[in-house]
Amino acid sequence: MIRQFTSAEFFFLVSAVRWTLLLSAIAFVGGATLGLVVALARTSPWQWLRATAGAYILVFQGTPLLMQLFLVFFGATMVGASVDPLAAAAIGLTLNAAAFLGEIWRGCIQAIPKGQWEASTALGLHYVTRMREIILPQAAKIAVAPTVGFLVLLVKSTSLASIIGFVELTRAGQIVNNATFRPFLVFGIVAAIYFALCWPLSLYARHLEKRFGTVSR
Amino acid sequence: MNYVFQFGDVFNAWPELLTGAWLTIRLSGLAMMLGLAVAVLCALGKTQGPRPVRWLVDLYVEVIRNTPFLVQIFLIFFGLPRAGIRLDANEAALLAMVVNAGAYCTEIVRAGIETIHKGQIEAGLALGLKRLQIFLYVVLFPALKAIYPSLTSQFILLMLTSSVVSAISAEELTAVANNLQSQTFRSFEIYIVVTGMYFAMSLMFAGAFALIYRAVFARTDAAR
Repeated sequence: MIRQFTSAEFFFLVSAVRWTLLLSAIAFVGGATLGLVVALARTSPWQWLRATAGAYILVFQGTPLLMQLFLVFFGATMVGASVDPLAAAAIGLTLNAAAFLGEIWRGCIQAIPKGQWEASTALGLHYVTRMREIILPQAAKIAVAPTVGFLVLLVKSTSLASIIGFVELTRAGQIVNNATFRPFLVFGIVAAIYFALCWPLSLYARHLEKRFGTVSR
Repeated sequence: MNYVFQFGDVFNAWPELLTGAWLTIRLSGLAMMLGLAVAVLCALGKTQGPRPVRWLVDLYVEVIRNTPFLVQIFLIFFGLPRAGIRLDANEAALLAMVVNAGAYCTEIVRAGIETIHKGQIEAGLALGLKRLQIFLYVVLFPALKAIYPSLTSQFILLMLTSSVVSAISAEELTAVANNLQSQTFRSFEIYIVVTGMYFAMSLMFAGAFALIYRAVFARTDAAR
């Protein structure tokens, strides 16, 4: 039986947004934490650490996010853990975001003029103090715009969690479409909701880029 | 952990995986070329066209860049037949990839066109070149050269994103892997092998792009 598309279906879609937002938030916090480690490793004084971080970025940027999600999802079953699609999606997106943010932030750290590094070394500052007090605060300023830009990509990427069975906005759209068979209407609304989330972020990123200048990604 | 890896099923299905990979390569290659063509037209409209055209290009670029590719595929694959346009899964996948790549590349190509100094175009006019000649040789060619790195990394991202079209069961590599998975249940083994194949393909595309750069653009380096 084909159901009508009523306000109940509409609110089902709208309320699914919270799962998209939750997943985006978890992946962003996790990805930022791990991404900072990757960026620091990538710019560290030790060759082996730089190479390891470089390989991490290469692999995660050189393979599809969908495959990464599948590997986390099926990998967890393999070691006998019970697989919660939310947890699998959160871990997969975190690992992926860490590679992208790590690479973006590496560029920001390396964009800090050499004189700043030399001056802080000349002052006898230890690595931790130098990064925390001198380099990272300056890098953070130029990192804001590309990071907000990446956030748009991340919100859109959460739609892939629907493929491993997590009911967020896109999966909710599929469920409603299967019941009502109004694909244009349903996926049009889903697209509009994503647009309402992402467009302000895009505009904000562009505004920041104009203010702080662009950094090559 | 007492799991025993068994790659036998995966390697028995090697021909199917290669067929899937070949479709991924063809789909991506075609989408790159058509997407670039769309992008050049849109960038031209955006920089030279009348105001309504510029608005339309803006609308297209913003809508595509701020919605997920997966939703775009669903709209095309499930939505278009309701409007009387029937596409099979592979055609819908190609269309979605072209529409998606076109929007991202429009922004890149536009940025490239804006790097061309006005004096170059005036010099072209002074030399008596036709408008089309000026656009092709004075504007587009150097613009593409300037944006080549961002354009090609966008292309590789497109190839990786093509795995998402398995959601409408186009028969590319990921869909082949999904079928294999449901027949053999060797999920992890299959996806790790397929992930490796994607990685190899992204390195291959990067290599091909470097060769194309050398063949097409590098000879103009000395003149600069």
